[in-house]
Amino acid sequence: MNNIVAIAQKEIRSYFASPIAYVVIGLFALMFGFFYYTLLGLFIEQGMRMMGMQGGPTQNVNEQMIRPLFLNASVLLLFVLPMITMRTYSEEKRSGTIELLLTAPLTDFHIIMGKFLGAMALYGAMLAVTFVHVGVLFAFGKPEWIPIVTGYLGLLLMGGCFISVGLLISSFTRNQIVAVMATFAVFLLLWVINWAGPLTGPRTQAVLDYLSITNHLDDFTRGIVDTKHLIYYLSFIAFGLFLTARSVDSERWRG
Amino acid sequence: MIEVQHLTKRYGPFTAVDDVSFRAEPGEILGFLGPNGAGKTTTMRILTGYMPATDGKAMVGGYDVQEQPIEAKRRTGYLPETPPLYPEMTVRDYLDFCARIKGVPRAERTTRVKSSMERTRITDVANRHCGKLSKGYKQRVGLAQALLHNPDVLILDEPTAGLDPKQIIETRQLIKQLGGDHTIILSTHILPEVSQTCNRVVIINRGRVVAVDSPENLTGRLRGSETMFLQVDAAGADPIDVLKLIPGVTQIRIADSKGTVRGIEVESEAGRDVRRELASAVVNRGWGLLELRPMRMSLEEIFLHLTTEDATVASPDTRSAEVSVE
Repeated sequence: MNNIVAIAQKEIRSYFASPIAYVVIGLFALMFGFFYYTLLGLFIEQGMRMMGMQGGPTQNVNEQMIRPLFLNASVLLLFVLPMITMRTYSEEKRSGTIELLLTAPLTDFHIIMGKFLGAMALYGAMLAVTFVHVGVLFAFGKPEWIPIVTGYLGLLLMGGCFISVGLLISSFTRNQIVAVMATFAVFLLLWVINWAGPLTGPRTQAVLDYLSITNHLDDFTRGIVDTKHLIYYLSFIAFGLFLTARSVDSERWRG
Repeated sequence: MIEVQHLTKRYGPFTAVDDVSFRAEPGEILGFLGPNGAGKTTTMRILTGYMPATDGKAMVGGYDVQEQPIEAKRRTGYLPETPPLYPEMTVRDYLDFCARIKGVPRAERTTRVKSSMERTRITDVANRHCGKLSKGYKQRVGLAQALLHNPDVLILDEPTAGLDPKQIIETRQLIKQLGGDHTIILSTHILPEVSQTCNRVVIINRGRVVAVDSPENLTGRLRGSETMFLQVDAAGADPIDVLKLIPGVTQIRIADSKGTVRGIEVESEAGRDVRRELASAVVNRGWGLLELRPMRMSLEEIFLHLTTEDATVASPDTRSAEVSVE
């Protein structure tokens, strides 16, 4: 455990020593702020219009404001997370520091978990910035807090899936540009894979729907924690990390 | 302490290391000598557990590096060819991180980092970023990293590469000091380094061991005949006619001539010392004997001899070398 923490701390430190952490957090905050601003504007405009008519449907800040905000944020992850994972292995391979890690008395599991948790910590910091936006809603309204908590949980899990895939791809190459582009392409594919559903049979469609990574986020943003989705995300992460371990091991053999 | 048996590493059809066997006793400094691409780095990477061997066995401190990698790695300090530094970390933070992943207990960490820095003389750059250091300092930080957990075995891949002459001497001295309580394997293609620091040399070429012996024995053994070099001022006469009459002299040739001074190489039968006869022959004629010295085969020549393909002496020698090691 101590080893995992040591690696994770080293990862976090190197994120913040390079511009990556600041660019990632800054860009995410900027884009999230934009979505927040437009959704809030829309919400207020609707509220103004409804003040005129009596007995109309009431407004719900969770349904109309926070949920779309979370779904928009998940799109942002597509662009931002590859930047977090691109250097995890590539940089170590390029600079030769991988030799330090692989010849230290550590197991591959320690190294991979350390890197995963380090990336998750940066991602967590990125999400934490948005507490400000949500906090403002609490200051001026009365949103339900359960869907917000589960929404964040969903985002965290979905990001975990992306990060595990990103680690895997980073372990394939010593070139960070290749890593970031390939990761982005795979993320996008995982996103839209169910679009091919209608072209195939109903059974395949069900499979593709299940595989699509965003379908599982929807229930979380509604305040529902379904074990089905939990298992999907957790097993996805475990599988990604397992493949990374295999990749690192096979790299060893090839030298 | 280190035992390597029939180690083989293949990359597809290419064999990088081919049936290499050797051992190093505790406290010994073993030089690993070979031209670039001979398989030195590959062998070291297998020994440190960085990559597995295709065949054969490598033991460090009694632990098989493939079967019990964690135990073996705990006892090994490794300086790769390029020092594995994180450019954004300060030297102190970097060493602290290394100490953590090498399992140095928290209570000892600060003192271990401090003593490693003192031994490698990098205390003055403790707070600088690794990426901003000169090549010499980087190399020494890498060495400090290898010493941190006070390992039984040190594996150093070209530890003096890229250093200036003063640093090279300092590093060699440090390695010699460390030799007492650590077993050291160091690779190099710089020959004087081997004769100056190592107790024993493994010469490797194209993935195969071609000789294992002490530097002195290696220089001695390959001399099939004795060669003397002498410089004579013969005042116009031809010294060769005189010298070739000396019994035991097999071959003679003029190496250079400046004015009346001739540089002459005289080869004689092995084990026969003709120095006295040479000297008296020259002096009796009234010529000036300016220089007389035995020409030893330098390590360079032996190395070239063993690592060039038409080396006929190499093959029987290899066998005797391997027998002497077992």
